[in-house]
Amino acid sequence: MDTSPTRHEPARLTRQDAAYVARLARIDLSDDELDQYAEQLATVLEHVAAMSALDTSGVEPTAHPLPLRNVLRADDVRPSLGRDEVLAQAPAAESGRFRVPRILGEAL
Amino acid sequence: MGRAARHGRVVVRGSSVSAPSPGAWEPVIGLEVHCELRTATKLFCGCRNAFGDEPNTNVCPVCLGLPGSLPVLNVGAVEMAMRIGLALHCDIRPSTFHRKNYFYPDMPKDYQVSQYDEPINVDGHLELSDGSTVGVVRAHMEEDTGKTTHMGGGGRIHDAEYALVDYNRAGVPLVEIVSAPDIRSAAQARMYAGELRSILMATEASDGRMEEGSMRVDANVSIRRAGEHTLGTRCEIKNLNSLRSLSRAIEHEIERQIAVIESGGAVEQQTRHWDEEGGRTVPLRSKEEAFDYRYFPEPDLVPIAPDPRWQKDVASALPSMPAERRQRLRDLLGSAGEPVTDARVDQIATVVELDLDSLVLGSVNAGIGAPLAIARTANEAAASPEAARAVDHGAYGALLRMEQDGKLSATQAKTVLGDLLVAGGDPADIARRHGFEVLEASSLALVVGEVVQASPEEWARFRDGEDKLAQFFIGQVMKATSGKANGKAVIAELHRLKG
Amino acid sequence: MADDARSAARPAPACEVAAQVRSGALTARHVVERHLSAIAELDVELHAFVTVVGEEALADADAVDRRVQAGVDPGPLAGVPVALKDNMCTRGIATTCSSRILDGWKPPYDATVVERLRAAGAVVVGKTNLDEFAMGSSTENSAFGPSRNPYDLERVPGGSSGGSAAAVAAGLAPLALGSDTGGSIRQPAALCGVVGMKPTYGTVSRYGLVAFASSLDQIGPFARTVADAAALFDAIGGHDPMDSTSLERPAPRCVAAVGDGVTGLRVGLVQELLEGAEPAVVAAVRAAAETLEAAGASIEECSIPEVRHALPAYYLLAPAEASSNLARYDGVRYGLRVDAPDVAAMQGATRSAGFGPEVKRRIMLGTYALSAGYYDAYYAQAQKVRTLIIDAFDRAYQHVDVLLGATTPTTAFAIGSKVQDPWSMYLSDVFSVPSNLAGHPAVSVPFGADWSGLPIGVQVLAPALGEAAMLQAAAVIEDGAPPLAPPGVWAEPLGTAGWSSGGRA
Repeated sequence: MDTSPTRHEPARLTRQDAAYVARLARIDLSDDELDQYAEQLATVLEHVAAMSALDTSGVEPTAHPLPLRNVLRADDVRPSLGRDEVLAQAPAAESGRFRVPRILGEAL
Repeated sequence: MGRAARHGRVVVRGSSVSAPSPGAWEPVIGLEVHCELRTATKLFCGCRNAFGDEPNTNVCPVCLGLPGSLPVLNVGAVEMAMRIGLALHCDIRPSTFHRKNYFYPDMPKDYQVSQYDEPINVDGHLELSDGSTVGVVRAHMEEDTGKTTHMGGGGRIHDAEYALVDYNRAGVPLVEIVSAPDIRSAAQARMYAGELRSILMATEASDGRMEEGSMRVDANVSIRRAGEHTLGTRCEIKNLNSLRSLSRAIEHEIERQIAVIESGGAVEQQTRHWDEEGGRTVPLRSKEEAFDYRYFPEPDLVPIAPDPRWQKDVASALPSMPAERRQRLRDLLGSAGEPVTDARVDQIATVVELDLDSLVLGSVNAGIGAPLAIARTANEAAASPEAARAVDHGAYGALLRMEQDGKLSATQAKTVLGDLLVAGGDPADIARRHGFEVLEASSLALVVGEVVQASPEEWARFRDGEDKLAQFFIGQVMKATSGKANGKAVIAELHRLKG
Repeated sequence: MADDARSAARPAPACEVAAQVRSGALTARHVVERHLSAIAELDVELHAFVTVVGEEALADADAVDRRVQAGVDPGPLAGVPVALKDNMCTRGIATTCSSRILDGWKPPYDATVVERLRAAGAVVVGKTNLDEFAMGSSTENSAFGPSRNPYDLERVPGGSSGGSAAAVAAGLAPLALGSDTGGSIRQPAALCGVVGMKPTYGTVSRYGLVAFASSLDQIGPFARTVADAAALFDAIGGHDPMDSTSLERPAPRCVAAVGDGVTGLRVGLVQELLEGAEPAVVAAVRAAAETLEAAGASIEECSIPEVRHALPAYYLLAPAEASSNLARYDGVRYGLRVDAPDVAAMQGATRSAGFGPEVKRRIMLGTYALSAGYYDAYYAQAQKVRTLIIDAFDRAYQHVDVLLGATTPTTAFAIGSKVQDPWSMYLSDVFSVPSNLAGHPAVSVPFGADWSGLPIGVQVLAPALGEAAMLQAAAVIEDGAPPLAPPGVWAEPLGTAGWSSGGRA
């Protein structure tokens, strides 16, 4: 049994766990939905448990399937979109800007 | 110590920070500076990078984060990030981008592309004008957010009814410079920020305009007992719009934390906002519980690894940084056998800050002693920095030569300099206009000879070693020349006669 | 030799249409009108399309005809109708990703592939239905209702690019584009009896493809023949400066390769790409292997055990990237907004109302896999397993040139039969996800049907940039495939080339 500290045994997800995840993901879910997703997530995590327990010590993670490096573009101005086009499909706009309900809590 | 070894001479450390007495409170400060880069376009798209344009006129699918859009990295931003790294003596490393995930309306993608565990610049340092050094942990690239304006309720965030968002700034390239917690006072913090600003401007990577937001400083402040090695709980202070607020806010925060602890409480880790009007820091409404940004490698961008050739090109194109320029002037003093006292340190700092080093260097090259050149430039020329930067170097050098050769007294030289700065011209003419006629060497010798003959007793005593009688003779010579003689020149002549 | 003659004679519907338009034998207008009629008549049953672009398509067709008349090269796909999966941005034309949260949104720009299609003279006739944000294997996750399999309207066409697959299978368009993140082109191609290809990661620009999982997504062609698929890939592939993950090396020119034959080609039949597949599917793969062998290829059985870990790794990596890619849908700048007194509440309510259950499920899963305390065990671990899989493929390709296996374990399943159990739906991707993790190309080629007449697809896999060899093998398999009857819902808009699967009309 792998007892490495970075491995995590997938416990049953509680409604509270699901609620925390939903807050991070900014999706409002009812209690029923939270319970349902908690259960479904736990099931998926059970299916991935074997992969999660594989010994990958010394294996480098793959972030990109391609060995590309240094993809750059010149610092040249290119046409922007027209403001009217940009705001035309805004749910709400005012004075050339996007309008949103008040923001509680500071920017980070 | 190490620093002296590096510079090859003993340096008397600047006195802006004195070590606290054992048991006293020691502030520990680190600064995070966000610096907007002066590229033509944004970090990941070709929209104009400009301040003050009409809202939402410099936006495109990429910087608006429209569905399907993808980022492509601006080579100019990478080059400027490298310039900053090199100016801060960092190692330039291969680096990657990560996503920092959180929700805020000024973030078009609701994640910010930044650098996390593999930043482009690491392990640098900054030498302050007083000689102290502050470590730079990292200087990494990231994209800026849009700008939110809170509306209704008197413009204060807490009473706002709604908000308006402008994405012109979204995607503008930033370099975030993180200092080590080496700063020990508000004054030193201010000096660090000022020095960093000079460096950023010297690299031409930034215009350093704090009031426009192109340079934003946040301070992390904690306190501990002198002698302790662990760090106390720190608070982050935001909304510092000028060097002055930076200094005031940190001072206030230090006092606040001391008061909290001395009254038996504990400092709570939090982010605080500097309230300029009220002169205090206030806690911000807490956002989310110790936020989980879920950093992961940005799949839409590939790693960058500037090759050694590119790094070398950037390094060789870099202009001299303030610290190097100050060092050059210190070296001149060293060559002249002069110690670098606190006063000299201040003079040198002034000369560099006002971009008057070329004036000093030009004079030294023309044969003027470094101490005189530096002193005159820092103390007198600096009074009118713009004029001083424009003054004719030949004329300046000629004036200093007149003083150095004893043809003008210090006071006289300062007067001539004043006129020279205001109106230019030839220093000899200016001197003549003031009646500072330079006494010809031969005329002076004549007068000295006459005075010596007129006072044989005093002359005998002077010849026998009573050097202080030189003052007597100087006085006599001054009487005879209506004050036009130069004291040093008289002494030189006396000694010449003595043989 | 006889095979060569047969492949040369086999009609290639799209290429043939283009040739006739280029020569003036057909007008693009006629071609497009006929296909629009077919769509109008049959899509009511299939629901393959979310948006049909009649006016613009006819205008585009007229432009092609004008070029032909002026003696200007109208492009290799002149006048050919193409259907686009509705997760590719089309300027001024609704792009919904089959989601309520983007209902009515019209992009102010075209995806690069759309620009390239137009440059090639193709005519976009509509946007096709998908599983919402490309998450699913059946189109049952579409906010607008599922598409139906032309072979059996009670069955799924597969997903997520089910609409595109159904459109091509039913003759509503000779060509379509889909996107493939875990099999979303290949699996519906198999279920609908058409060719579907996922190219090497980086060979087709993702600029304008609404992102699901950025390190896995690729746009690819649907067609009725391998040659047509190759022609479409050639038209849309190649480096794009707007996509940092786009390869500088030119996409392999594939049309030329098709028909080169497979003499001496070394083929590996992968045991793990047959495990759990229905008997009819296994039989089809083995028969396809025999076809290759008869044409001069050498077949060896091989085992790549690491492939078994691909599905769990995929179902951590893809949702993780998706959870970040879909954060932008928050009601602030475009799309659905559900009002609330403060912005966070507005965002929470908007996303709740705007996303369907599968999307929410994957966002939750992905967010969890990236969260503090779980990142190492889940996301980072999956990235490491990804490396193991890539290395395993590299080792296999030291002995063989291409690999062979099933595309998906079953034939088309009944609508509603897998929605209760997410993992049973995810299993549809078990043979397709390894190629996405590796960034390698893979193609599904129709190879007969099961006892009830439902199409079966077999999968050819190749190493990165190995499209030429892959398509050579695919063309031979297509040539030797048992005849596949046309679907129950089917049109021949031009009445010309006819159904060409299997090479025997």
